[in-house]
Amino acid sequence: MANGRADSAFFDTGGTKISRQVVLPFRKSLEISIKSIRVRFFRSMITVIGLILAVAFLGFVLTGADVATGLLRSGDPELRAVLVKAGYDLPPVGGPGGGAAGAVPEGVATGAKERWIVILSLLVCTVGIVNAQLMAVTERFREIGTMKCLGALDSFVLRLFLLEAGMQGLAGSFLGALLGAATALLAGLARFGTAAVVHLSWGALALTVAAAVGVGFVLSLVGVIYPAVVAARMRPVEAMRVQE
Amino acid sequence: METGHNIVRVSEVTRTFRMGTQVVQALKGVDLSIQAGEYLSIMGPSGSGKSTLFNMIGGLDKPSTGKVYIDEVDIAQLDAYELAWLRNRKIGYIFQTFNLIQVMTALENVTLPMIFAGLSNEEAVEKGLELLGLVGLRERHAHKPNELSGGQQQRVAIARSLANTPAIILADEPTGNLDLSTGEEIIALLKHLSSERGVTVISATHDHKMLAVSDRVVWIRDGRIDKVESRDQLNISVGVISSKEA
Repeated sequence: MANGRADSAFFDTGGTKISRQVVLPFRKSLEISIKSIRVRFFRSMITVIGLILAVAFLGFVLTGADVATGLLRSGDPELRAVLVKAGYDLPPVGGPGGGAAGAVPEGVATGAKERWIVILSLLVCTVGIVNAQLMAVTERFREIGTMKCLGALDSFVLRLFLLEAGMQGLAGSFLGALLGAATALLAGLARFGTAAVVHLSWGALALTVAAAVGVGFVLSLVGVIYPAVVAARMRPVEAMRVQE
Repeated sequence: METGHNIVRVSEVTRTFRMGTQVVQALKGVDLSIQAGEYLSIMGPSGSGKSTLFNMIGGLDKPSTGKVYIDEVDIAQLDAYELAWLRNRKIGYIFQTFNLIQVMTALENVTLPMIFAGLSNEEAVEKGLELLGLVGLRERHAHKPNELSGGQQQRVAIARSLANTPAIILADEPTGNLDLSTGEEIIALLKHLSSERGVTVISATHDHKMLAVSDRVVWIRDGRIDKVESRDQLNISVGVISSKEA
């Protein structure tokens, strides 16, 4: 661009090239977003509670399936009968005569209906996050505008919002996943007795919790993208027009 | 104080806004040169285009036609990054509503522009404390804005505006939310900084107290410059105004 050269004197205040930069170090943005969350803790909590509940539900359903799979894989026909009685749709055992050469059943998948409810709840939760984050952006119009007047780039604002949502998402989904898994284990204990825990594959459980946290984290980020872009694109002059 | 150097030059600027189906022309061709080190006030009733002109000068808005030069650089030519740089280094903003960042302490507010400018935390804190000392609030650096009075908040804002030693300080109704005596203190502080540091101070204002310290006053009416008065002409017309108001 032609003006790039013409402006070199303009930007050259300190006589060094470095003076031209506009930066926000990552550590500083982390510090600012943590501060924002802490100061607006109550609002953050409300944003996060929806996520906690949705992820807890997801964790509950997945862990329930883990428990059932554990019981099924134990190979105990009695436990299998209990499962069928509890309403689980089990794959038929091996071939005729039960001589499936000790084939281990695949496991228990979550029911189609259950899956849809979980997906719906996650969707609703995402919409809730978008809603809450848009509110948060509106609430912080002046703060964002002021930062832009001080020289913040769009990317700084974007990063702050993503960081905040990421931290909220991680904490919320972790809590939710633990809550869901714990509830499912307790429900399993109540339904099937200690067998529920004895035959449970802890690896599968860990995987389930990790998956639930991952899903919650991603949803939280997806939910904040639009509000964060709105915030980042805002022109500083618009922020100044907002009256208190 | 440098003289003869135009820090801001506004040339045949118009600005139209679309409000629904109506097109409103807020500025109808404004020419203005502001010299480095000047203390300039822009006066005018609300709706006169004063704020629009002010935003143009501050690089917060771009003209529909015409040019705005800051330090002889056409701001319409700047990309987002360069504009951010301009706001960060060349211009310090002071607002009617102070606009301190509520979640940060006074010191953090003052250091934020320096962090953006790439200063290390230690350098920024050192300079931030110095600037807070300059506005008489060094002792209160750890306070959040809501623990400070309006006048104190505006002082912090002034310290923040000076963070990267800008060439221009833009003050939008800096005394608009302050009582009489606090407003006077703020005006005195701005005047002091202007003459001491050679900073160009440009303020949009309704406040007639501001006139007494201004080198020049630009009167805006109906999207045009009504008249420009320098200080010696001013005393007379101030008298006229106050007698009109009385």
